Amino acid sequence: MSTVTASPFYSLRQALPKRFWDYAVLAVLLGFMLFFLMPVYVMVVTGLKEARNVSLSTMWNLPQQLSGGGFVEAWHRLVPNLGNSLMLAIPATILSAVWGSINGYIFAKWRFRGCNLLFGILVFGMFIPYQSILIPLIQFLQQVKLYGTIPGLITVHVIYGIAITSLIFRNYYANIPDELMEAARIDGAGIIRIYTDVMLPLSMPGFVVVGIFQFTNIWNDFLFGVTILPNPAAQPVTVALNNLSGSFSVDWNVVMAGAVVAALPTALVYIFLGRFFVRGLLAGSVKG
Amino acid sequence: MQAKVAIKSRPLTGVERPARRGRLKGVLPPLILTPAMIASIVFVYVFIGITIWVSLSKWGTLRIDFNLREPFGLTYQQMFSMPRWHADLRNTFIFTILFLFGSIYVGLLLALLLDRKLIGHTILRNVFLFPYALSFIVTGIAWRWIFNPETGINLLFDGLGINHLITSMGGPPFKPGWTTDPSVLFSINDWLGIIFPGVENMSVHLGIPIALIPVVVAACWQLTGFSMAMYIAGMSTISNELREAARIDGANEFQIYTKVIMPLLRPITVSTAIILGHVSLKIFDLIFAMTGTGPGFATDVPGIFVFDQTFKATRYNLGAAASVVMLFLVSLVIVPYLWSSLRKR
Repeated sequence: MSTVTASPFYSLRQALPKRFWDYAVLAVLLGFMLFFLMPVYVMVVTGLKEARNVSLSTMWNLPQQLSGGGFVEAWHRLVPNLGNSLMLAIPATILSAVWGSINGYIFAKWRFRGCNLLFGILVFGMFIPYQSILIPLIQFLQQVKLYGTIPGLITVHVIYGIAITSLIFRNYYANIPDELMEAARIDGAGIIRIYTDVMLPLSMPGFVVVGIFQFTNIWNDFLFGVTILPNPAAQPVTVALNNLSGSFSVDWNVVMAGAVVAALPTALVYIFLGRFFVRGLLAGSVKG
Repeated sequence: MQAKVAIKSRPLTGVERPARRGRLKGVLPPLILTPAMIASIVFVYVFIGITIWVSLSKWGTLRIDFNLREPFGLTYQQMFSMPRWHADLRNTFIFTILFLFGSIYVGLLLALLLDRKLIGHTILRNVFLFPYALSFIVTGIAWRWIFNPETGINLLFDGLGINHLITSMGGPPFKPGWTTDPSVLFSINDWLGIIFPGVENMSVHLGIPIALIPVVVAACWQLTGFSMAMYIAGMSTISNELREAARIDGANEFQIYTKVIMPLLRPITVSTAIILGHVSLKIFDLIFAMTGTGPGFATDVPGIFVFDQTFKATRYNLGAAASVVMLFLVSLVIVPYLWSSLRKR
């Protein structure tokens, strides 16, 4: 006890009412909240202003009158690319989730000699900087006539997505008790029947987690989009947004509104399914 | 562990079954994994091999030339003598250090503060993690506008009366050029030149480029929520009994955090540092959208160097060489991490 009372922090704590510390913690948290919301405020407020009202000196002010602001033009410019991103992200997410589920099932429940090594070889692929495979990848896509096409980019996202989806599913299936499997096995079910009859019906939460995680990853990708799809009409929204912000003919209110538009799908997914999002995030950090 | 594996892959009802099916079951698990393994080996490992070959080849123009360049490794030699590459290595190093300190310590602080479970802590947690769901391009664009020297942050300093205070005390107004400022803080070239003669004449200043600071802030804004989520998950595994036991032993709230919780969170810090560290070595989109190469390559990083050399200058061997160095740096961090976490199972 002597060391406890000797601590200056402790005596200070005693001197002040317990409530004081709660208020101090709340004040610090509130300060951080303002910092975290600041860019969102800037994007929305600037996006809502009319071009003539965007000036450097009134950046932090609210818009004078309520109107579409830059959103009308941003929407008009980005809507084809939003379509591309959806056509890209949805099939790529589904395909990589299904493939990852099958691999994860084997890695979790049908362990064989050397499977940990195989798993390590597979998972390393999700950490590499994709710059180090781009040159052969583009050569390959040109050979198979998929370069510059959305199906080509879907293929790329599925292939480089297997590692993370297999990892998340392996961790998910590892938590399903083996007894469930054993019961089916005694009934004569094989490796495939156990997957379709026992595992798949229990996989819904896993698919939600992987689906959200992959959808966000693919939607937010920039490097593959900008290098594999040189044609602006086929590019995903992140690339189109970057082009928008780089062109001098466009006003800041349009760029900010465009950023909001491009961020909206993943933001909505996060707001409504955030719980699953966090789970995917943590499962993606390798720990088995 | 070996025994457990053997039991698992042997069919339990083997007695009633023909032996052939039993053997089939033994090869089926690896067979099902084969497509994924082939895809991974070709698209990751073979492609890396090709990239390494390209980095050693004569393919420095649009015309493909896979012949090896003489003398061996000349492209690397040229790259490591480019001032731009020196700036890139400095920037990656400084960015990684500042970004890791910022995101990990603030993430830990937020997790500890939220652990008090005060009013609104769920909403606050969601707000702090929200930027993680956004694209780096969106983040870069928003923060470029905020760090525009004519407005944004600097305007906020004016509005808060900070500059009024400084000028009334006779100082120059605080108005950094942020992303447009090519100068480097805390340059150690002269100091290093005492130990390694010649360093003081290097064209690249070893220090903290001012233009890199806004990029670090933006990256921390986006990824602090990740480390916070890691710490929150880690703390949720520390049982209330443990805290209660410490309390009974006479520890106060502060000591429970410093003596019980923090040591238990150390593995979380290691994982978070490795994951965020490899993100920071690979960083590309954020800087591409926010500052590009920056004034005097003040915010240039290997990711942008590869992109410029490969797709703009069509110097494929040089771009490939830089990407191989990136891969090497990432592997230094990731391979030991994978090794240790997979061996535990």
